Amino acid sequence: MIFQSIRMAFESITANKIRSFLTMLGIIIGVIALVVLVSLVSSASDSVTEQVSTLGTDMLTAMVLDDKGYPLKLNDLERLSQHPSVGQIAPLTQMVVNAKHGYTEEKSTLYGTLSSYGEIHHWKLKQGRFLRTSDVDNSAYVCVLSIEAWEKFFGQSDPLGETINLGGRDFTVVGVLEEDTSLMSAMTTSVKIYAPYTVLTRMSAMRGGISNFIVTPNNPKSMDEAEETLHSFLMRRLKNDENAFFVFNQSNLMEVVGTVTDMLSYLLGGIAAISLLVGGIGIMNIMLVSVTERTREIGIRKAIGATKSGILFQFLIEALVVSLMGCAIGILLSFGLLQIATLIAKGLITFNLSLQIVMIAVAFAIAIGVLFGLYPAYKAADKHPIEALRYEG
Amino acid sequence: MAHPAIEAGTVTKRPGQAMGNTMIELRDVSKIYHVGGQEVRALDEASLAIREGEFVSIVGPSGSGKTTMMNIIGCLDVADSGEYILDGLSIDRYSDRQLAHIRNEKIGFVFQNFNLLSRLTAEANVELPLIYQRITMGERKRLVTEALERVDLIDRRKHKPFELSGGQQQRVAIARALVTKPSLLLADEPTGNLDSKTGAEIIELFHELHRAGNTIVLITHNPDVAKTADRMVHIFDGKVYEEAIL
Repeated sequence: MIFQSIRMAFESITANKIRSFLTMLGIIIGVIALVVLVSLVSSASDSVTEQVSTLGTDMLTAMVLDDKGYPLKLNDLERLSQHPSVGQIAPLTQMVVNAKHGYTEEKSTLYGTLSSYGEIHHWKLKQGRFLRTSDVDNSAYVCVLSIEAWEKFFGQSDPLGETINLGGRDFTVVGVLEEDTSLMSAMTTSVKIYAPYTVLTRMSAMRGGISNFIVTPNNPKSMDEAEETLHSFLMRRLKNDENAFFVFNQSNLMEVVGTVTDMLSYLLGGIAAISLLVGGIGIMNIMLVSVTERTREIGIRKAIGATKSGILFQFLIEALVVSLMGCAIGILLSFGLLQIATLIAKGLITFNLSLQIVMIAVAFAIAIGVLFGLYPAYKAADKHPIEALRYEG
Repeated sequence: MAHPAIEAGTVTKRPGQAMGNTMIELRDVSKIYHVGGQEVRALDEASLAIREGEFVSIVGPSGSGKTTMMNIIGCLDVADSGEYILDGLSIDRYSDRQLAHIRNEKIGFVFQNFNLLSRLTAEANVELPLIYQRITMGERKRLVTEALERVDLIDRRKHKPFELSGGQQQRVAIARALVTKPSLLLADEPTGNLDSKTGAEIIELFHELHRAGNTIVLITHNPDVAKTADRMVHIFDGKVYEEAIL
């Protein structure tokens, strides 16, 4: 019976090809809008989330805005790192210096930090090593170059053991970092060089404390506890002034990005769903016309033994087939459009058809077919056989 | 082959009624329509009995109640009062759904304007009643072929109605009526849309089917056609007047 109903549905759809296609068009456009828009947003958001996660989501960034006359020192941080929930701590201070090697001279950003900074970021080295604890303890004039700095000052030649002049002092190069592909590094175009924190405090004119440092939890599960510890530490240190400091959780950023893209998905998906609904009304409209046109057919079918539910089923299946065919065509076209979008984005973002949204589109198409097919199908089924047979179309 | 709902004990085979003897029995059947506040008695306590294997024609002028009679005999409509017994089943106590099954299995309709589905081939039109039964595809094919052979249109099976002549279309309609092997063939002015020669051929086909054992009720206003039946039943103002021909 189901097979027969589907066959009958196809027969009547193909009997009126242009009308069937125009009816489907509403669903096709709705499905394309839904699938393409949501896929675009989710692909873009995946790519942003991936970039953000390369910054490290397992860390807290603290900024001290007002030290209340008691500058934060390295041994303060050391005490904080003793707490069981806290993993590693690395301060970060920066100054812009004039960097010179041979005849090359360039304004560069010199960062002062600890050996833990490299570990927190899981940095890999192209050559040599990162800063060591002994470098910091001895305030050794050594530095690690970013790949851009290496290329700028040394071309392709081996820089290890070479001397580079930074802000009037000679530093020995001990390592070169691998290329940093994260979005954050792409946003800062300056040439970056890393040196021991203690050296920078010595060079810096301002003899202030640590204003910027990052903290990692002891393990991923102690993140909340570490944030709590950091917060209460800073509160105690800064006279219970909430506004004197700022603790930033990277995973919060992920959440914010997630919330924003989710909202965008819902918004665009909602708009697309409205167009699908309009498509559904189109189906209902045509089905009502079709039921009236086929009144005599309904009469004949009833006379030769079709039950009410048989007729209902036939017209419902027809609405469903129209809606699902539209859905299938829409999904195919969406796939094509996303491939084109990926080509246009030139590898920056790969736009994928998300399986989830395809399933939502199919579910939507079924719901619309049933919802808007039910009333016309009921009207068809409810016709009295005698009157239907007498109908002159 | 009978639908379970019909077999399921709700059926009372009437006592004293010999099996296979009386196919149709109307007892004081009335049908009243209300048209513009006025009461129209389309059938007024009409009684009629038709035996299995009989060929009966029902004649009467238009507005006499022929069509109402046919609708009731064909289970398309239910009487307001009185009793209608078809093949031992008292019809007035069935639901729409059960009536649909009774029409499907017990009655073969032949209409004046053929009432074929124009989108479907002759074959598919004949197959239509079988689709509403639980029959395998192979069995359906066999029955359709048999019915089309019976009306001598097997070589036209793939043609659509508009590709067939009026007489051929009516033969397709007769094949459709025959395909379920119904208890009763019910024809409403089957020659009304045909020229006299083709009409005569169709009537001859009905006689052949009658000789093969089918029970046939033919509704017509044409006395020449009506006279060829075993028995003629006149309807006038909703009342039945019988008249034996043989």
